[in-house]
Amino acid sequence: MPVTKVTKDPVALTMTVEAEFSAPQERVWQLWADPRKLERWWGPPSYPATFVKLDLTPGGEAIYYMTGPDGNKTPHSSWNIVETDPPNSIVLRDQFSDEAGTPDPDFPIVGMRVNIDDIGGGMTRMSIHNEFASVEAMDKMLAMGMQEGMTQAVGQVDAILAEAVPA
Amino acid sequence: MQAVGLAAQSATQFDRVFGALADGTRRDIVRRAISGDEGVVELAAHYSMSFAAVQKHVAILERAGLVGKHRVGRRKVVRTELEGLHLAQRLLDRYEEIWRERIDLMSTILEEGKEN
Repeated sequence: MPVTKVTKDPVALTMTVEAEFSAPQERVWQLWADPRKLERWWGPPSYPATFVKLDLTPGGEAIYYMTGPDGNKTPHSSWNIVETDPPNSIVLRDQFSDEAGTPDPDFPIVGMRVNIDDIGGGMTRMSIHNEFASVEAMDKMLAMGMQEGMTQAVGQVDAILAEAVPA
Repeated sequence: MQAVGLAAQSATQFDRVFGALADGTRRDIVRRAISGDEGVVELAAHYSMSFAAVQKHVAILERAGLVGKHRVGRRKVVRTELEGLHLAQRLLDRYEEIWRERIDLMSTILEEGKEN
């Protein structure tokens, strides 16, 4: 399993996930920087994300929505890129926004720091540190319908992983 | 659909919980009180602020349901109410699931690249 460590602090409302991939650093970076790749993992399989904008330069932004199994779109969300150092790190804020990406200033959802490190031997470590603004924000995002998507997604992920085994 | 259940809980309780956790000193008190062996006087000794200020923080946490005062022998100790933290923990567990799913999908994408 690529996930090597998960650290959760229910008081500070933070979570850090670490994973190691058998792939070069640049390819792991492309999971974030290539919108067509990003769309394949950001949303669960039953709620795929569509990125209408992806600009990972400092001060840049991303705008996306997800589409549910019934074809309904979720409200738009956006990322504000605080810092980037390709292919090593990104710091961003993920939040609800309007279609133009203008965030609701009163409602930051989650701050995220992603570090991508070459650890040798053809392996790359990615750590994602999440800081949640509030319990309410955490809950609202889950209640948006993603949770249902996640539950449904479990079987589909297994199917995709099975298919992905090289013949 | 547990998430909907969480969302349906009263907004007031959410306000109390996240307002209480918004302050660094209060988060620290919640951490220290997990062991539940200190009273307000002992807790106050860890901080440079006045006893009254610490007492006020404890009162806010108590209202939010995050800590409670419990009698141990002749002493009264402040103890973190783990049920209060349970909501945050449950939500973090959901996010962990989400990231595990995402990382599985990432692995799939990276594997495909190798075949080319």
